[in-house]
Amino acid sequence: MKITYLAAAVVGVAVLAAACTPGKKAAKPTEKPTSAISTDIASAGKVTLSVWDQEVRGGQNAEITQLNKEFMAKYPNVTIKRNSKSFTNLKDTLKLALSGQNPPDVVEANQGYPDMGAFVKAGFLQPLDSYAQKYSWRSRYPKTLLDLNSFGSNGTAFGSGTLYGISQTGEIVGIYYNKQKLSQLGIKPPTTWADFEAALGKIKTAGQLPIAFGNKDQWPAIHEFGVLQGQLAGKDAVRNLVFGKSGATWDSAQNTQAATLLQTWARNGYLSPGTNGLGYDQAAADFGKGTGVFLITGTWEVADLQKTMSSNLGFMLPPPASAGGSPVTTGGQGLAWSITARSKHADVAAAYLDFITNAHAADVMTQTGNLPAMRPASAQPPAGTALADIFAAWKTVSDADGEVPYLDYTTPSFYDTLTANLQKLLGGKQSPKSFLGTLQHDYSDFQKTKK
Amino acid sequence: MVVTDRATLGRPTRPRVARSSRKRRRRSLIAYLYILPALAVYGVFLLFPLGRSVWISLFHWDGLTLATWAGFSNYVDIFSDGSLRSAFEHALILIVFYSVLPVCLALLLTMSLSRGRIRGRTFFRTVFFLPQVIAMVVVATAWSAIYSPDGVLNKFLDAIGLHVLTRPWLGDFSWALPAVGLIGTWVEVGLCVVLFMAGIQKIPIERYEAARIDGCGALRELLAVTVPGLRGEIAVALTLTVVAALRNFDLVYITTHGGPGTSTTVPAFEVYHRAFETNQVGSACAIGVTLAVLIFLITLVITRIAERGEA
Repeated sequence: MKITYLAAAVVGVAVLAAACTPGKKAAKPTEKPTSAISTDIASAGKVTLSVWDQEVRGGQNAEITQLNKEFMAKYPNVTIKRNSKSFTNLKDTLKLALSGQNPPDVVEANQGYPDMGAFVKAGFLQPLDSYAQKYSWRSRYPKTLLDLNSFGSNGTAFGSGTLYGISQTGEIVGIYYNKQKLSQLGIKPPTTWADFEAALGKIKTAGQLPIAFGNKDQWPAIHEFGVLQGQLAGKDAVRNLVFGKSGATWDSAQNTQAATLLQTWARNGYLSPGTNGLGYDQAAADFGKGTGVFLITGTWEVADLQKTMSSNLGFMLPPPASAGGSPVTTGGQGLAWSITARSKHADVAAAYLDFITNAHAADVMTQTGNLPAMRPASAQPPAGTALADIFAAWKTVSDADGEVPYLDYTTPSFYDTLTANLQKLLGGKQSPKSFLGTLQHDYSDFQKTKK
Repeated sequence: MVVTDRATLGRPTRPRVARSSRKRRRRSLIAYLYILPALAVYGVFLLFPLGRSVWISLFHWDGLTLATWAGFSNYVDIFSDGSLRSAFEHALILIVFYSVLPVCLALLLTMSLSRGRIRGRTFFRTVFFLPQVIAMVVVATAWSAIYSPDGVLNKFLDAIGLHVLTRPWLGDFSWALPAVGLIGTWVEVGLCVVLFMAGIQKIPIERYEAARIDGCGALRELLAVTVPGLRGEIAVALTLTVVAALRNFDLVYITTHGGPGTSTTVPAFEVYHRAFETNQVGSACAIGVTLAVLIFLITLVITRIAERGEA
């Protein structure tokens, strides 16, 4: 018994020693007026810029390495201390780094409520509106992309208001196809949505797999459903939902249609068998080796796919309802590059942000196999490749203002709700109606907390 | 050392109590001085974080801004929130796969390995123990491949004409949890076998001889001689495997990420998920503390039962 008392006492003391309300009061970062911003970086004195990014994959790493080198050559007084981690690793450590004593100067923050929204709420990120004016960033990007990097009223309203970051790369979800297989089956790349659906049936009848799709990792279905929802509900309906505009609802007839279609695809065997147990990478690799005629995923897969399929690989936007109509697809941009509120070198950091997103940077990105978010790039990928298809698709969809945001941005818990329930929908464990009911429940709970 | 010293010196029958008690105090102070470095390390790296977790679990905190007092509502959630409750239920189901099954299998294996002379006993022991040596990440990745829709398991079932049984094991709502659990069984059996093989050598051979003279069959012999003789080892095996089952994180993280749906979430995974991904640090701490208490209670019960049997 004595031991128990002793243990209780020790734990008690430990609790007392640790007792003070965790966290800090949110800071209110101030914004310099545009006139006070210095763009004379060369005379800023000796500056070490600490940068945390997640550009670790082949082409991305090459691109940042080169741009960093060029920036330091241009301003010999600036040293960039780069700290690059994988996406998940960055996501897991950034919160602690930002709330610590010495936060980095520049960080890549993921868009949406859980990351960027939380940082803005805590006052960790520098508002960039006056820098945007100074460097004309608003004409560098389409408005849709800037909106995705903006938050209003202290991190509670996503998709408008103050700018908190700018992105380097663009990404859209589209349809990769196996050119050889399509022509063997006597199918032309579909130009309308109805053609696409007809093609799926035809491929299945011919004994082939229409769409390679692995959803064990849970998130891939967000993109699959997002594409269907974009076609059937339209871009305005989706944007209103994600940005929480009043009157928007998940329980709509069009959304039900999209959920039903996805479930039907799974039931009819249009998707890889056992899709909930098949890894995303595995499905993509299978597609590369010739299993599946289509693969619906993001532009980030192009480098790997091109390696195995080379000129046999094609990429297209989800075809619109009528031929030549304006395209809609899930998409957006790479993570936002932001300046931390406590950075002592905000002006230098802003010049760096400008440098890695200007026209020259776009060329560097193109040469290293990346899709630049901003326009225009003078360099172009070789014609006939899937990367060239992607560049064209990006231009088409940007010009038509056809990107709809990733659905998991919707609420802080939406990623969990959406992914878990999409697996249930695909596995036939849940009807489209109860699937959307669950989404709506999460959605309205969050909208209530915002009021 | 310290304890026996104090016990003998502290006897009230000893003469010159005053002096000896002063001496005793000084001695025990010196003793505490000896454990001070270890205690300091223990305090800084274990007790303080533990206390801090308990404290944070009483708040709603996003990990960034100022927290708000929550009282015990994070703990109430564990019982009222269906998804959290099911995470704990999954952990309890995993105990069957991580502890009960391995201990039973290991007893059978130990029996067959120790009865009579089997050539290459060391070889078998090594083979059974190997999974323990491999990093869990590697184990999980390898088994993911085995369980995948066109993986080895399904191919094998196809080959022997059991096509009806093939399924995407880790993507099947009713089979994913047992599939993950069986990986645990595979890993833990080796540990139990090695423990039991060592323990069985302590059991006097006469007992087996007596049992055989009394006409015991293999099962009777197992229950009457082997199991009581291995009581200590079984307790150790149960404790280690139960702890492994309850704090299971890496296996779930890599094989299923809690899916499909939420059918394989476990408490340790929820701790990580809430603390790092959904900004619910208070709730994550409450789950962590509850898990620690649960592990403590279960291991306490196991050791108590084992001790009572010995007395």
